[in-house]
Amino acid sequence: MEALKQELKEKIIAALNLEHISVEEFDDNETLFGDGIGLDSIDALELIVLLDKDYGIKLTDPKEGKTIFQSVETMANYISANRTK
Amino acid sequence: MKSQFTITNSCKIESNIIFFNEEKIFETEGDSFAEFAKSVYKKFGINYPKFFKMDNLSKLAFLASEVLLSEQIIAEAENNVALVFANRSSSLDTDVKFQQSIDDKENYYPSPAVFVYTLPNICVGEISIKHQLKSENAFFVFEENNEVFLTQYATSLLQNKKATKVLCGWVEYFDESYLAKLFIVE
Repeated sequence: MEALKQELKEKIIAALNLEHISVEEFDDNETLFGDGIGLDSIDALELIVLLDKDYGIKLTDPKEGKTIFQSVETMANYISANRTK
Repeated sequence: MKSQFTITNSCKIESNIIFFNEEKIFETEGDSFAEFAKSVYKKFGINYPKFFKMDNLSKLAFLASEVLLSEQIIAEAENNVALVFANRSSSLDTDVKFQQSIDDKENYYPSPAVFVYTLPNICVGEISIKHQLKSENAFFVFEENNEVFLTQYATSLLQNKKATKVLCGWVEYFDESYLAKLFIVE
């Protein structure tokens, strides 16, 4: 799980061009949207693409995203339970 | 009605060099535009993480605007600075990148973050958001830099009191070839 969280942080930083954050500073439980990392709605769409492209997970219910994308911790838990690649 | 307005400041960015009022203020050698843009961001102490999400056209327009607007906006209570830009290639640089991301039907993952920049006037929006501008704006696509048209358009905005200042000029980017030539008219 630790390796997946590390990988996720690297992928999120690269996919969303988060040049102001390093993997070391990226806390597992930090809120991704709003006051935490500060992601926006376009970033949410990029995260949906990332789940599909890298882990073979297709999110069909947008409401799911709110729970899944709370933090790297919640994303990693969801990925490890649902990944197809 | 005032008929004569003047250019009070200018900024040109080309070939990894920035000129402010025709004086060279920054230069890097041998960098790609992305590296050059990052160097400018650091050199001028800009703290705006959204910059790194922008496409190259927006980064170019944003940096030239930063050079010109940083002092203007502080002094401008109403922030009534109109933005009037033009270029030749529209958003083609980003359009091509987006097309490449959807060419392969077996690896079909269009990027929403790239797609939002497939219009040239998005750069105007980025500058407006940064400087809290709710002013007039326009983006024209011409074959060549039409300074006469832009001057007339800026003059019209000022004469009709649609703006107190106009940031206008040419912002062209395609495939690592770029030129920003912006002016403050008031």
